Order: sequence, then C-alpha cells, then structure tokens
Amino acid sequence: MEVDLTWMIGGPQGSGVESGAGIFSQVCAEAGYHIFGKREFYSNIKGEHSYFVVRVTDGATHSNTSGTDLLAAFGAETIFRHYDGVRAGGGIIYNSELEQVGTESVHTLDGPFTERLHRQLDESGAEHTVAGALQCARNAGVFLYPVPFKEILARLAEETGDPKLGGFVRLYNTIAVSLSLRLLGMSAAPLRDSVAKIFAKKPAVSDVNTRAAMLAYDAFDTRADIAGFQAGNRLRDSVQKEPHTILVQGYQGTALGKMAAGCRFQPYYPITPASDESVYMETHEILDVIDDRPGSTVVIQTEDEICAIGMTIGGALTGTRSATCTSGPGFSLMNEALGWAGINEVPIVITDYQRSGPSTGLPTRHGQDDLLSVIFAGHGEFPRIVYASGSVEESFYDTGRCFNYAEEFQVPLIHMMDKFLANTVQTCRRFDPQKVEIRRGKLLEEEAATGGTAVEAPDGGGGDGGEAAPAYHRFAFTDDGISPRAKLGMDDFVFWNTGDESDETGHITEDPILRIKMMEKRMSRLDLIPDRIPAEEQALEITDERGHGDGNSSSAGTGDYQAEGAHRPITVVTWGSATGPARDAIEMLRRQDGIRARLIQVKLLHPFPTGRLTELLQSGGREDHTVVDIEANYSGQLGTLLVQNLGLHADHYILKYSGRGMTCTEVYGALKRIADGTAGKREVLKYGA
Amino acid sequence: MALRLADYKTDVHNDWCPGCGDFGIVNAIQMALAEMGVRRDKAAIFSGIGCSGKTSHYINTYGIHTLHGRVLTFAQGAKLANPDMTILAVGGDGDGLGIGAGHFVAAGRRNIDMTYVIFDNGVYGLTKGQASPTLKLGEKTKSLPSPNTNHSVNPIGLAVASGFTFVARGYSYDVRHLKDLLTQAVRHKGLAFLDVLQPCPTYNDINTRDWYAGKDMMKESMERHNRIYKLEDTKYDPTVNYDDPAENNRHLAQALVKSLEWGERIPTGVFYSNELTGQYSDRIKDKIPNYTENPPARQSIARADGTSNADLERILDSLEV
Repeated sequence: MEVDLTWMIGGPQGSGVESGAGIFSQVCAEAGYHIFGKREFYSNIKGEHSYFVVRVTDGATHSNTSGTDLLAAFGAETIFRHYDGVRAGGGIIYNSELEQVGTESVHTLDGPFTERLHRQLDESGAEHTVAGALQCARNAGVFLYPVPFKEILARLAEETGDPKLGGFVRLYNTIAVSLSLRLLGMSAAPLRDSVAKIFAKKPAVSDVNTRAAMLAYDAFDTRADIAGFQAGNRLRDSVQKEPHTILVQGYQGTALGKMAAGCRFQPYYPITPASDESVYMETHEILDVIDDRPGSTVVIQTEDEICAIGMTIGGALTGTRSATCTSGPGFSLMNEALGWAGINEVPIVITDYQRSGPSTGLPTRHGQDDLLSVIFAGHGEFPRIVYASGSVEESFYDTGRCFNYAEEFQVPLIHMMDKFLANTVQTCRRFDPQKVEIRRGKLLEEEAATGGTAVEAPDGGGGDGGEAAPAYHRFAFTDDGISPRAKLGMDDFVFWNTGDESDETGHITEDPILRIKMMEKRMSRLDLIPDRIPAEEQALEITDERGHGDGNSSSAGTGDYQAEGAHRPITVVTWGSATGPARDAIEMLRRQDGIRARLIQVKLLHPFPTGRLTELLQSGGREDHTVVDIEANYSGQLGTLLVQNLGLHADHYILKYSGRGMTCTEVYGALKRIADGTAGKREVLKYGA
Repeated sequence: MALRLADYKTDVHNDWCPGCGDFGIVNAIQMALAEMGVRRDKAAIFSGIGCSGKTSHYINTYGIHTLHGRVLTFAQGAKLANPDMTILAVGGDGDGLGIGAGHFVAAGRRNIDMTYVIFDNGVYGLTKGQASPTLKLGEKTKSLPSPNTNHSVNPIGLAVASGFTFVARGYSYDVRHLKDLLTQAVRHKGLAFLDVLQPCPTYNDINTRDWYAGKDMMKESMERHNRIYKLEDTKYDPTVNYDDPAENNRHLAQALVKSLEWGERIPTGVFYSNELTGQYSDRIKDKIPNYTENPPARQSIARADGTSNADLERILDSLEV
C-alpha cells in the first residue's frame, strides 16, 4: 500500500463529529480509497468528548492503526486528548481561537485523565493550555495549522447576508473536513459533490454546508508549510476504484442481512450499541420484492427485552422468520425465554451486539466478554447455536446463514456482533442478496412459496368434528431428532407447546423414560450441527491475498505459516471483531519482519467445532507451534473453550478490555514480542483514548 | 360445518383440584369458541404459568403454554405476525398482575386485537397458597403464616388506566354469563380484558364459593345476599358511544369508580367498552399499507431457486460510492 493515512476528527458529542466523518469518508471512498473508520463516544447525549478515526488506504484493510496522521480539532478537549497520538510528520488543524484555553476550563476532562495529562505536560515543561499541548506536538515533529474558524463563519454570514450564520458553530465539522482535504492535497470538487450527495434531501442544508466548505477551502493559509506534511500524507482526487464498492456502517450489515434473509418481524428494546440496527430496519420497513407485491418488516419497540424475545418467539411460531437485536444487559433478561425457545425447538435469531460488561459496564464501549455467557445462558440444558461474524461484510452473509441454521436445526441462535463492528464505517464489496440462500429445514407449508416443504393435511384432522385425533405431532421422534414444524394457523396442524417437558404432541409429561427420550432428541443436535454445517462455515484459516479484490477472499486452504529463522511457527486463533486487527497485524509481521503466522477464525462457537479445529490445528504436522489467542476480554473466553473442547492451552493471550477496539499496530507489537520470545503469557493491549 | 363443544376439548387429563373455579373458565372458553364457530386451527390459546397455565392443554386449538408473567409477550408477537389468528391469552392474577404487570400495562398501550383472561383467585395455588396481587391487605388465607402485608391491585382499574378498550369481570361459577362475556371480548375490536373471579377451594378459604354467594351475610331472615351482581341488570352503560374525549373520560371515570366496589356487592359484566380508539394494526397500516393483506406470516421470502427474493437494489445503490 502506498497510501495508509489515519485522520481523526473530535469534538463535543452533538457537535457534528459523526457527520463530519461521514463527509470525509464519503469523499475518500468516492475517490476510490478504502475506508476503515470507527466512532468512539461517551454514554452521553451532548457535551462529552467523542471522536471518529478514519483510516484511508489504497488497498484493503480490516482495522485501524495506532496513531494519527492528521487531527482536525474544533474543540480544546480534542487537542488535550489526542495531541500526543499524532505521528511525527503528521499535522493538527485546529481552531486558532482555542490556543489560550486551559485544562481547568474544559469541564468534561475527567480527573484521572487530567492528572495524566498534567504530568505529561509538566514533564515537557509545557503549560496546561492548548498552546502548551500543541508546543509538545510541534516538538515531536508535528505540523500545526491554526485556522480562525470564526472568521470563516463571519465571511459566510457576509456572503449570504444572514448574520445568524456568523455564530453557527454546527458548521465547524464541515469546515474542519474541508481544511483537512485541502491540506491532504485534494481539490474542492469532490468535496462539493459529496456534500451535495449526503444532503441531497435537504437543499438548504446542502447549500450552507457547501458554502462553508468552499470558504474554508479557500481560507486555508497557503503560506503555511504544507510541503513537509504532504511529503508523507497526500491523497489524490481519484485512484483506481474497485467497482461496486459500498460505504457501509457496521449495523447495516446485519440489518440488510435480515431483510435479505426474509426476517419480517423484529421486536426490540432500545440499547446501545444494538438499536441502530432495528431503527435502520424500521426506516426501511417496506421492502421491494422480486416478482411480488411489496413486503415489509414489522419492527416493534417493546417495553423491555423480555417482551422483545417473547414476541420474537410468538412471531416465529407463525412461521415468520423472526429476530431481535440486543446487547449484554438485554440478553441477560432474555435468558429464561431462551430456554423456552430451546425446549420448544423454536428457531429465533438474537443478534447480540456486545459491549463491555459486567452490569452497565462501559455502555458505549467495545468488548467481546459475553461469549461464555451466551453459550451457557439459561437454566437447564438445551441446544442453541452461537455464531460470530468477524467483519461487516461477513455479517451480511452470516445473517442469512443464521436463519438457515436456526430453522434447519430448530434451535435458538445467537449471532455475536459487537460495538467495534456496530460503529465501524467501511468500504466493502456491494452485498449481493441473490447469494443469500433461504433454507427452512422441516418447516411445513400449505403452499411451497416460501421455501419450506409443501404438505398435505394429516388424516383425520379435517376439523369436521374431530373424531380422529390429528396425526400431526409437533415433537414426533424422527431419525435425526428434528420433527416437521407446523405454523400457527395452518389448516389441520394444531399443536401444543409448553415450557414443561412434553410428549410428542406437546402436552406436559413427567414420565422419566419419555423425559430421557426428549432430552436425547433435543441434545443430539449438538452432534448434528457440526456434522451438517460445512466445515469452512465453522472455522476458517484466513490466507491473505493482497492486491486481489478487497482482501476478503478468505480461503480454507493451508497457508504457508512457517516462521523464518529461529522463530517457532505461530498460529493465531481468534473470533469476531478481533479477526480484522489480527489479520492486519499478521500482514505487518510478514511485511516488516518476514515472520509468517497462520490465522484461524472460529465462527461457530457453539456447539464447538472440535473436529474442524483439530483438523486446522493439526494438519501437516503442525503440533509444534505457538498458539496465540486474541480477543477483547479479560479471561480469554475462546481460550477457555479451546481448553474445554480440545484440551489445548494457548501459549499466549493477546487481550484487551479497556473498552476500546484493538488496532493492528498494538496486536502486531504483541505478536512481535511473542515471536521474539519477550512476551508474557498475557499481553494486555491499552491503546486508545 | 358446525363445530360442537366436544370439538374444543382434548383428552388430556385435567389435574385441577376438585371444585376448582378454573373448570368453569375452560368450559366457558370452549363454549364461546363453539358458539362463534372459530375454527380450531385459526385460534390459539396462550397461557402463563400456574394452575391456569394448564388451560391451553385442555382446549383443542393451538395451545402455547409460555412462561411465568410473559404470556402477553408471546401472544402479541403471534398476533402481530399473523393477524388472521384469534388469540386468547390466559393466566393467573399473580402471573399477569405480579411478575407480568409491566407487560399488562404495555399491552394496554398497544391495544392489539386479542383477549386476555385473568383467573383471579388471590393466591399462588401451585406454590401452596402464598398471597397474590389481588388478595386484600390484612387478609390471612389458610396457608399464610401471617396476614397479607400488601395492598391489593385493582385489575379493572389498572386495565382501564392502561388503555385496554374492553374491560369486564366474570365469575367462574356463572359459566353462561362468562361465556357471553368471552364472546363479547373476542368479538371486540381491540384488546379485551376479562377479570374472572375464581375461588381456589384449596388455598383461599376467604373468597370461597359460599362467600361469593353471600352465605356469611345471611342473617335472621335467612335471606340470600349474593355478593355478585351483573352490571347489565343496572342502568350502567359501559359503551363509549361517540368519538369525543369528554365522552371517553366520563366512561373511564365511571369504570374506575365502579371497579372500587367490593365487599357486600361485587359487580360483574362489562365495565368499559370503546371501539372508537384505533387498534394497533391501524397504526401499523398507517406505515405499512398492505399489512393486513400481506402480514409477516404470509410473505414469500424466497424465489423458486431457493434464494432471497428481497430486492435491496435501491438501498444498496444509495450506499454505493
């Protein structure tokens, strides 16, 4: 990659940080660059510090790096929090009116941070002001670009004859983006086009943003030293663009996946970071359907997560593909009903956008610490599937798989996502709904239209007086333990469900022998699932093929993992959103140090794919390797599963539980230490404000 | 084809205590379904947990025996996904007004077209007679170690305040009347609530069949003083007749006041009925015009080749750079 640039915009929550990042990402993506962005924010509506970091590259990436090349700051707090993250040779664009602002007047700077900041400034002999922090940055080789933001607004007020615009600080984000693109060497036209596209439905907003952007673009002081900065940081108006690229937000992957998969009912209760998915689905509740009348997704905001899962089950009983979407605290409330879906063999999909726990934890921050909790959720023993996606693009196609698995095996399924994925903004290949297969297992249909099995009514159940008991038994014993599944409202397929143990008809039983048979019927699915799900959908070895497509061309092949020189071969095992940083870190290790490592991503977390992993880990005489488990939690929960199922103890754990997503840079650092033999058993990552 | 009462009975062994008020309720439900000719495969009984939870097993329609306190959540989900179904939710007063009280209130706010029946006996029978939400303060039923320390909840008042649009009370030993109330409740367009006074012969030795019959009030005259009377035998008019806030408020207030009547005289019958407030499905239709004809349960989701039939091109075009 020739271009690998990290841009950051920060400001108080509610000041347009996100939309500023949206404009910047759109311009760069339209130009043909790859984007990997992420949003960090407090559990707060207005005022606390939030920031958005966007990595712009001319090849595919799957993570952010540590460090910033260009920081655009229109508030003092952004400078205080991020000045020391800007790399030598990078730059800071800032509102010049802020220079004299001291730390004491920024009320959102919290105690522990301010203490660390003051210590750091004191060590450099700098005063506790924006100017002091910037002086430190300059000393570290960072270029500074002060711009009087207020003067740009004054010019805007003059130009439009609207004096109110002179104080319209909501435009600072657009101004910061425009100045950034100017400094990075892009011309004004792409910016103008993107603003027009983003605000296409709001002409007035579009107009004022365009004017502000153009005034800022022209206001940039060309006497400033931009050559030094541009030597290392330059974007072109247009590079070779991959055809059919979309710029997509994390939660859109599962939302669009659900629409494609035929999910037509989604009750949910608001919770960060999961609600965006449901809101997006409701925004697009009416669906175009090929060769049919419009369809729709009925999205219901419920009174709590217990109602959300209860309704989801009720919907699934009618044969509707039904799902809900939540995060850790909400999932905890769903546990009892999860068991009900388990014993009644109801296929539902729960999308779990994890965040840092326990309890409320870090409600807007990242974590992968709910894995064991979802695997063991609910009292008693019942089969469920836990499936995890590692990227936004994967999550679209995985969502389709999840509904198929849930229906084919008639189990509740938990699709593991997380905050990192939810708040990623990424370029990727356009999703292809036609690649989403609909397989509904033994669902009975009156018409064969929706992909199930068409059936005749059973004998004797004609509703004509009911002399003969209906032949249909919802929990009939079958060879594979999975019974034909009727829907509520189907002619002559009356059935019963109960949370009690039941007989084949669904009526309560406490008979010990029947209990054994029913337990075995249900639990046999734990063997059936890894038996029937294709191996490459359970876990895969990712071998990178740089320069081909977007790099997402994962294959299950046997990569060359051999370490060179004295290094013991390294095998990384990971899951979910840790996959992206791990993948990029392994590439850095290969490129910078000539060390090769293998990467195994586990997607089916329960029932655990013991056979598939044994095959991946042991094929080709690979017993003698260093196994590294990478995940965003304290205890290494996937590592626990490796011990439990394979008897395999990872040699090292690279863990992060600060609530911030991993960067490839810090994962690379830990892997390098492991390769060099200087690493501890637990390498705990800490990067990120 | 006419359906007979027997068509709605299952051969599942009924293990309620002899003399249990629940029998009358199950009979009334079966009679109401038969009278209305609701097809067995177009009706579903959702039940909660407790003695009343077993109801769904005794009725020969779809029967979904759910979780303690959560019956309304399952039932509403099924109705929203398949609005063609006739849905009855049933459960005890502990189930619906204790652990499930939040769902009770939220269901009222939605006003989905279905019926909710509470088997109201003042005790948690299946766990051996603890005080349930409708037991009065200071009463000591026989298995309580000491008198009840909580005030009772007012089911009719809570239903009226929560937004239920049909609110009635029945008595489990007046099966015909109960059947009539159930028929009205099911036919009502919107969420109907039916509070059924149902003596628990095993654990509630206060609100017994004899007590409801007023035997404790028989004095020298030996005259019968039945506590229970029917609102329809009085001048009480429960129906909101025209769409006007004042008219509605008058009926809400009237129902609330009437719901407080308890002791020597206990009203049964319809307290409140309002079909002029829109149902939840109307609100869905405002957003999704073809919801009724093409609800979630009826939509096709796959093409003949087994792939998705969703056409997401417009959305994906807007995301393309």
